[in-house]
Amino acid sequence: MSTDLTRRTAAETAAAIAGREVSAVEVAQAHLDRIAAVDDRLHAFLHVDSEGALAQAARVDAGEVAGPLAGVPLALKDVLCTEGVPTTVGSKMLEGWRPPYDATVTARLKAAGVVILGKTNMDEFAMGSSTEHSAYGPTHNPWDLTRIPGGSGGGSAAAVAAYEAPLAVGTDTGGSIRQPAAVTGTIGVKPTYGGVSRYGLVAFSSSLDQAGPCARTVLDAALLHAVIAGHDPADSTSIDAPVPPVVEAARQGASGEGLAGLRVGVVRELSGEGYATGVQERFDEAVELLRGLGAEVREVSCPHFGYALAAYYLIAPSEASSNLARFDGVRYGLRVGDDGSRSLEEVTALTRGRGFGAEVKRRIVLGTYALSSGYYDAYYGQAQKVRTLITRDFTSAFEQVDVLVSPAAPTVAFPLGDKLADPLAMYRQDLATIPSNLYGGPAMSLPCGLSDGLPVGLQIMAPTMRDELLYRVGAAFEAARPAPVPPLSWES
Amino acid sequence: MPEPAGITTDQVAHLARLSRLALADDELEALAAQLGVILGAVAQIGEVTDAADVPPTTHAVPVENVVRPDVVRPSLPPAAVLAGAPEAEDGRFRVPQILEDEDVEDSA
Repeated sequence: MSTDLTRRTAAETAAAIAGREVSAVEVAQAHLDRIAAVDDRLHAFLHVDSEGALAQAARVDAGEVAGPLAGVPLALKDVLCTEGVPTTVGSKMLEGWRPPYDATVTARLKAAGVVILGKTNMDEFAMGSSTEHSAYGPTHNPWDLTRIPGGSGGGSAAAVAAYEAPLAVGTDTGGSIRQPAAVTGTIGVKPTYGGVSRYGLVAFSSSLDQAGPCARTVLDAALLHAVIAGHDPADSTSIDAPVPPVVEAARQGASGEGLAGLRVGVVRELSGEGYATGVQERFDEAVELLRGLGAEVREVSCPHFGYALAAYYLIAPSEASSNLARFDGVRYGLRVGDDGSRSLEEVTALTRGRGFGAEVKRRIVLGTYALSSGYYDAYYGQAQKVRTLITRDFTSAFEQVDVLVSPAAPTVAFPLGDKLADPLAMYRQDLATIPSNLYGGPAMSLPCGLSDGLPVGLQIMAPTMRDELLYRVGAAFEAARPAPVPPLSWES
Repeated sequence: MPEPAGITTDQVAHLARLSRLALADDELEALAAQLGVILGAVAQIGEVTDAADVPPTTHAVPVENVVRPDVVRPSLPPAAVLAGAPEAEDGRFRVPQILEDEDVEDSA
């Protein structure tokens, strides 16, 4: 175990705190010091809650809360409500807003003794693949500060990669946990839709949004998954069933027993055009490694996956255009132009015109178009039918294999600014991650090597409510090929 | 399939009004160009010919009629909720004027 408290895994830290080798307050302070030392260059955090973190750590040390992650620090994506602590969703619309309640995810973390260090940077309203759409400026990739950390949860992934926190929570609507994990060399999991409560998660696309864990090891991700998952009556789409045995599966995968008998499908449609050569090479090697671990590998075809991106960019903006109607300048956040001479409608339009950034406006207008009379059937209606076909592709693939694999992101981290002028190029970052969101099944990205010195992610996809399969396969892969360690050369 | 390409600035202005977004002229022009490109790409969805008789999926998990026990639970304190509002007055959200002066006179 490292003597540097910030280099330890969550599991090691939890054991050390439980064994009284170190106090939770010391662990929290070490991470707060780390954030103070490096975050001016990374900008992973929008808000650091030192006081709240140290108070929670003191509660753990006093024995008031216990559990498998008691005292472990965590970075929380700024899309999840935290009572009394700023929650901006990366937008000027909610600058300075302090929620009057905790999201269910937040409440479960607190009840488990997890120490929330602060809120992490993100593309505004989780719309983006680079964090460059944050109204507060981008996050920088710890592997290369001139490059993007992925998005929308780039802050959470960068915080974990740069040892500012061993754990983070992200949210994934089209890849916002997995693509950042891929390009920062960390682990990110989108649980089964409905597996983790959306109560208190500021909504982007309600039929797709799902919170999940970010970590540096598969076991750590599983431990966090187990804390935040489970039925919640406050979310009507929450699944009322036991949480899949993710921690047991991670331990089983790491035990060295291999993957004999496990059937792995390589998705033909998630390769080739649009995927960088270096990414494809690492992915092919990863597939060979799975074969070497005893898995039975075959190619499978999911013929409608090629339409997933188009379906997503009709469905998600449509839902967003409806969801974001709540930002009307009345109940929370910004209000612009209310000088007594203007009507409610004028004030609402001015507030939204000023409060939302370019990408959010683009998606609201796109969604309004897709839902408008005359276009509804051809766009939104057709996209929902294609969503059914994509789900059927998954269902028939899972009759042949236990899990599917693909590259998690089509490229390594690209330079900041590279795709800002071309929204479509940015959208294509989610080529491989979107199908699982449309289907609802769980998916993980974990590191499978480097290309040009930058991390490449392997994506594993499983059937709905079989999240444990990701952890079994992921842990076996990780044991055979440990994740690359970022050089952090900018520190010296 | 309607023609996707070539969305006009006037069309974007109409959509912006529907969306309650006050946009500057340069924003409208930029959006018209970008939406033309994006719609040109997503129009690919119309190529899926085997979708005709397929039911739409609105949600990943088919759940219906989710209810919880009808019991009184504490709600958030009004003061805590109003503290986040741009303006509050007498324990309520204060909104800009919603009726014209003549409407107010009519109803008086």
